[in-house]
Amino acid sequence: MSTADLFAILRGLPWTVALTLGAFLVGAVLGVPLVAARQSRILPLRFLAMIFIQIVRGIPPILWLFIIFFGLGMSVFPISPFNAALAGLGLIAAANMAEIYRGALASIHFGQWEASSALNLGRWSTLTDVVAPQAFRVALPSAASYLIGLMKETAVASTIGVSELAFQGNQLSQLTFRGLEVFALVGMFYILLSLPVAWLSRVADGYLQAKVAR
Amino acid sequence: MLPSLEELSAWLPDLLSGLSISLQVTALSLLIGIPFGLLLALGVLAKSRLTKIVALFLVEVGRGAPALVLLQFIYFGLPTTGLTLGSFTAAVIALAWNTGAYTSEIIRASLQSIPHGQREAAVAIGLNRLDALRYVLLPQGLRVALPALLAFSILIFQGTSLCFTIALPELVSRAYEIGSNTFRYFPALLAAGVLYASISIPAALLVSHVEKRAGSYAQR
Repeated sequence: MSTADLFAILRGLPWTVALTLGAFLVGAVLGVPLVAARQSRILPLRFLAMIFIQIVRGIPPILWLFIIFFGLGMSVFPISPFNAALAGLGLIAAANMAEIYRGALASIHFGQWEASSALNLGRWSTLTDVVAPQAFRVALPSAASYLIGLMKETAVASTIGVSELAFQGNQLSQLTFRGLEVFALVGMFYILLSLPVAWLSRVADGYLQAKVAR
Repeated sequence: MLPSLEELSAWLPDLLSGLSISLQVTALSLLIGIPFGLLLALGVLAKSRLTKIVALFLVEVGRGAPALVLLQFIYFGLPTTGLTLGSFTAAVIALAWNTGAYTSEIIRASLQSIPHGQREAAVAIGLNRLDALRYVLLPQGLRVALPALLAFSILIFQGTSLCFTIALPELVSRAYEIGSNTFRYFPALLAAGVLYASISIPAALLVSHVEKRAGSYAQR
């Protein structure tokens, strides 16, 4: 393994990071209306959101990327590999983040809602001022471990030609016929990438958990 | 956009045989991976330092690296050492490793969730370590672990779709092949998606049912 090979793999790093953060951001934002619909008082809306989440989670990520990149990309509108991967992984992240938010909301003690209505807060301000800040703290560790999971999931984007870590590793192994070292190195990069996220999550969790009512 | 009925009837045998390969890989990975996970969990909990380090390494790499990279490591990497595997064998080995790494954490957590008194009681009535595990700890631990293990099985079923990259003719490969032959990518991939969903969604509903049932037995 020469340093040139190492740099060849490293060229994939920005793409992996961009795809991970982009998809996570899309998911974290789209997850909010999705969980709102999932918890809504209107039955059809609740039902639709539930079906949407189940379908998105019921189909493997690689197939979503193919449906978007080959399926839609070749017949409806042309789409670049990166955007297709971002859309597909963002969609999956939205469904998963909605479930994480839902779990966090459910973990907030019912007394918090009761206390808010005793203080004559409306439904909206109860949510934004009392429940959501606490739910955010509960959701943080699971969101962080989902972020790590999503980072590993971005490896499937190599199949539609996004030049991220796994893609570069694939290219290099075909070039050098040294798959063993190359893929071991690629795997190590993914493990190294997950370390700072895990560490940050533990630190943030230590600060934030103290402020959740029990 | 949608596949016509004739197309569906022409594609279905192909897609179904792909699905059956996906299911075979899933079943074998779980059959090998879960006992392997139990071994890894016991290894991580072992007193011997060497066993602990080896088990931890296998768990951390199996969980830390993406399943796709594990697959390619085994399928494209191992031949350089002179060990060439077919894509089916490589898929089962990689996914069983992945399963073992994840389930070892599930099993370890559930073994540790058993009150300490159970182990002490087993020692008190003269069971050796193996019997304590077999008759006291595992029956209780696996009941706790069951919902998480089932949920993971669905993920492994979906994970078999990654075997597309090592040329295993499973469901995604079949759909992609139909797409590239007929240029009807969207309908073919959609049909594959429906097949995946028709297994994953009922399975997910079953898991949440089991979760509720198992929760009602738990002592708090």
